[in-house]
Amino acid sequence: MIGIQYGLCGLTFLFFGFSLMMLMRWQLAFPGQALPVIGNALGHFFGPGSMPDGKMTPEFYNSLGAMHGTIMIFLGIVPVAFAAFGNFVVPLQIGAPDMTFPKINAASFWAFGVGGVIMLTSFFVPGGAAKGGWTSYTPLAVVADKGAAFHPFFNGQTLWLVGFIFLITSSLLGAINFITTIIQLRAKGLTWMRLPFFVWSQFVTAFLLVLAFPPLESAIIMQIMDRTADTSFFMPAGMIVNGAPLHISGGGSPLLWQHLFWFLGHPEVYVLILPAFGIVAEILANNSRKPLWGYKSLVFSVLVIGFLSFIVWAHHMWLTGMGSTVSAFFQTTTLLISIPSVIILSAFFISLWGGSIRFNVPMLFATAFLPMFGIGGLTGIPLAFNSADLYLHDTYYIIAHFHYIVAPGTIFALFAGIYYWFPKATGRSMSEFWGKVHFWPSLICMNVIFLPMFLQGMLGMHRRWYDGGQGWSVAGDHTVWGQTGFQWNWWISSAAWIMGLAQIPFIINFFWSIRHGKKTKENPWDATTLEWTSPSPPPHGNFLTPPVAYRGPYEYSLPGRDGDFTMQDEPVQATERLRKPEPEPVHV
Amino acid sequence: MEIPYTVSTRPDTGLWNAKVGIWLFLASEVMLFGGLFSAYIFLRLDAEPGMWPHGLLNVPVGTMNTAILIASSVTVVLAWASLKMRRFSAYWWYMTITILCGVIFLVVKLAYEWPQKFDHFGAFIKKEALEKYEPYLGNHHLEEKGLPPRREISGHLHNHEAMHDPNVKEFEVALDPVNADPTNPANDRPHFFYRQPTDKIAKIEKEDVEYFSMFEPRHSAYFASYFTITGLHGLHVLGGVLVFIYFWLPVGSKLYKTNPEHLANRVEVVGLFWHFVDLVWIFVFPLFYLL
Repeated sequence: MIGIQYGLCGLTFLFFGFSLMMLMRWQLAFPGQALPVIGNALGHFFGPGSMPDGKMTPEFYNSLGAMHGTIMIFLGIVPVAFAAFGNFVVPLQIGAPDMTFPKINAASFWAFGVGGVIMLTSFFVPGGAAKGGWTSYTPLAVVADKGAAFHPFFNGQTLWLVGFIFLITSSLLGAINFITTIIQLRAKGLTWMRLPFFVWSQFVTAFLLVLAFPPLESAIIMQIMDRTADTSFFMPAGMIVNGAPLHISGGGSPLLWQHLFWFLGHPEVYVLILPAFGIVAEILANNSRKPLWGYKSLVFSVLVIGFLSFIVWAHHMWLTGMGSTVSAFFQTTTLLISIPSVIILSAFFISLWGGSIRFNVPMLFATAFLPMFGIGGLTGIPLAFNSADLYLHDTYYIIAHFHYIVAPGTIFALFAGIYYWFPKATGRSMSEFWGKVHFWPSLICMNVIFLPMFLQGMLGMHRRWYDGGQGWSVAGDHTVWGQTGFQWNWWISSAAWIMGLAQIPFIINFFWSIRHGKKTKENPWDATTLEWTSPSPPPHGNFLTPPVAYRGPYEYSLPGRDGDFTMQDEPVQATERLRKPEPEPVHV
Repeated sequence: MEIPYTVSTRPDTGLWNAKVGIWLFLASEVMLFGGLFSAYIFLRLDAEPGMWPHGLLNVPVGTMNTAILIASSVTVVLAWASLKMRRFSAYWWYMTITILCGVIFLVVKLAYEWPQKFDHFGAFIKKEALEKYEPYLGNHHLEEKGLPPRREISGHLHNHEAMHDPNVKEFEVALDPVNADPTNPANDRPHFFYRQPTDKIAKIEKEDVEYFSMFEPRHSAYFASYFTITGLHGLHVLGGVLVFIYFWLPVGSKLYKTNPEHLANRVEVVGLFWHFVDLVWIFVFPLFYLL
C-alpha cells in the first residue's frame, strides 16, 4: 500500500518537475519573450518576481532550474524507483508478509510528504524558491535570498535546506527498512543467490542511501547555521556583497561544502540507476523467455558499483584546483567504476541473444533503456578525465550526459516497471495500444531533446544561463542543417513540449485502467518470480500461504518441463534434467 | 500474517529484526557525525595561525559530564540485564539513574556551559593594529618563544550598546587573564581550570577591530563547530532520554507483563543508541576540550 502511495506522489512530483522544465524551455527558445496564453496567469500564480507580463525574470529561471533538479531527483525518481517499487515489489519477490518495520515505513512516507510540501511552498514565499542550483554551492547559497525583500527564515533558499532534511530522513528510514527486510524476511529456500536481481539492486541502493546521505545532512545543517546563525562553515573571510563587507567571522571553506555535497551526490546517481537496472533485468528475462545471462557477474558488479561509488565523488569537482595527486586518484576510481556498469549492460544485451523476444509495452521501454543508457554512460567517459572536463564542465554536454542516463534511462525503466507490475497491483492490465502511443513519441522526443545538447556543449554553451546561449560566441558561427547552436533550442523546446503531450495518454491509461482495464489472471506475463504467486492485488500479509522457494528466479525454458517457464515455488521434480545429460555410451 | 523475528531470532542470521535496524541506523549516525567531525578537522587544519581559539572550554566540567555519560551507559546495560533476568524493580531503578544522568548532562550543558559562553565577548584585532594592542596581546613575547600569535582580545563586555550603536566608537572590556597579563609565561599555554575575567579594563577602538562577537556560533569556525556538534549531540541525548522515559513509565513498561523478552529487546535497542551517543561524546570531549 505504501508503495502505491509513494508511487502516486512521486509520479505527481515528476510531472510537476517536468512542467517546470517545459517552462524553462520557453525561455531558452524565445529568450525575453512573453509566454503566450498562460504567461500572465503563471506570473500571477508564482508571484511578482517571477513572470511580470508573462516574461521570465532571470531569478525565476534560476529557481526553475534549481527546483527542477531537486524535485525530479529527490521528490520524483528516488521515491518512485526506490520507495515505490521497492516497497511494493521487494516484499512480494522475497515472499515476505510485509516490511519489518511498518511504523517506520509510515514515518518515512510522512517525512517525505512534509519535505515535499516545504519544497513546494518555497515557490510562494517572498523571493520565490531556491535559486542556487540543486547543488546549492556556497557562498552564493549562503548569501542568496537575504535582505529587506526576504523573510529571515521563510525564504526559498532556507526552506530548500529544511525540506531537504525531511527528505533525507525519509530516505534513511526507508533504506533501513529495506535492508532489514531483505536480510530477515526472505522466504524459506530463498538463499541470497536465488534472489531476483531487482532485490539485489534495491539492497545495494539502500546501503548507498544509509551511508551516503548523512554527510549531506550534516552539511545542510551547517549551511542552515551559516544562513540563520551567521556562522562561517563555508564562508571565506573578506567577502563583500552588494558593496558592503559581510559581518561574519570568515575562516570557512566553500570547497568543504562541495566535498560534503558530492560525497552524497555521487552515490545518489547510483541510487537513481540501480533500481532501474533491476527493473530492466526482470522485464528482459521475462520477455525473452530465458534466464538472465551472467547472474553472478551481475550481483558481483552491483556490489562493486556500490563500493566504488563512495570513492569517485571528486570527479564533479575537477575545476576546483585540487592538485594532481588527488585528481589522479579520482580519475582512476572513476574509470574503474565504468567497468562494472559495462558488465551489467553487456549482460543485459547478451541476455537477449537467442531469446524468444516478445515486444509488449514493458519490453519496449526496457529494450529502449539499453542503448539510451549506453549513450549516457559512454558519454560520461570523457568526463572522467579532468583534462577533457576542463572544457566540458558546466556546459550542455554535461546536461545531455546525465539526462540520457536518467531520462530515457531510469524514467523509461520506471515506465516499464509500471506497465509490468500494474496488473499485480490492480488485477487489471493497462491498454497495450495506448502504451505504444506513449512509448514511441517519448523515445523520439527524448533523443531530439538531448542529442543536440551534446553538440551545444562541445561548442561551449554554458548551462544554467538564462539567455539560451545567445551570449556565447559561437552561437552564430556553426550551423547544422542550416540551424545555429542557438536556433537548435527551438527544436529542443518543441520536442520537450511534444513529449509533455505524449505523457497524457499514459496518465489517462493509468487512471482509467485502475477501474476499467481488462481483468488479468494472477500471472499475466507468465513470469517466474514469487510476486506472481500472490493474489492481485495482494491482500494484507501479501500471500495466502507463506511461499517456499525451490529454485532460482529465472527458470524460463527449462529443459524437461512443460511450458516455457517454471515458477520459483515449484518443487524440483526428478524428471528435470538439471545436469548435463550422460554422454551416449561408445559402442565398441 | 504477523511479521516474524520481532522477538525470536532468525535461524540463519541469528538476529532479530530491530537489531539489524538499529545497527544500520547507527551506521548512518556515524556518517552524520563523521561529516561534522571531518568539517571540524578541515576547518582547523586550514585556519590562520592565531585565529583558532584554545583553552576556552571548562575541562573539569567536561570531564564530569563525560563520567556521567559513561556511568549512564553502564546503568542502561544493568537495566537491560535486569530485564533479561526478569527482575523488574531492579530494571526500574537502573532506568531511573540512567534518565537522571542524561538529564544532568543536558542541564549542565544548557544551563551552565553554553550561557557562560554567550556572556563572553571577543574582538579580533586587525593585522595593522596589532602593535597598538601589544600590551594586551604580548605577541613579541610569543614570537620569541616560537608560539603562534594572539589575534583576539576577550573578556566581559561592559558597554553592550557598542555592539549595535554606530555612535559608540569603542568597546570597554574587562579582560580575561590571558589578555590582562599576556607576557606571563604561565599564560602561554591554555589553562584547564576556568578563570574569571579580571578587573583590568581595556578600551578597544572599533576601527581597529576586524571582527567582534560574543562567544556564539558566529564567533569563529571553532565556536560554529562546537555549538553545532554539541547541539546536535544534545538533541540526540534528549531523544534518548525521552525514549528511556517512555520505557520507564507504565505506558512503555507494561509490555513486561505480556512479553518481557520483547521489552528486553526494545531496551537493548535504545541502549545501543545510548552507547553510540556516549561514544560521540567521547570523541567530542578530547577534540574540543583537550586539544
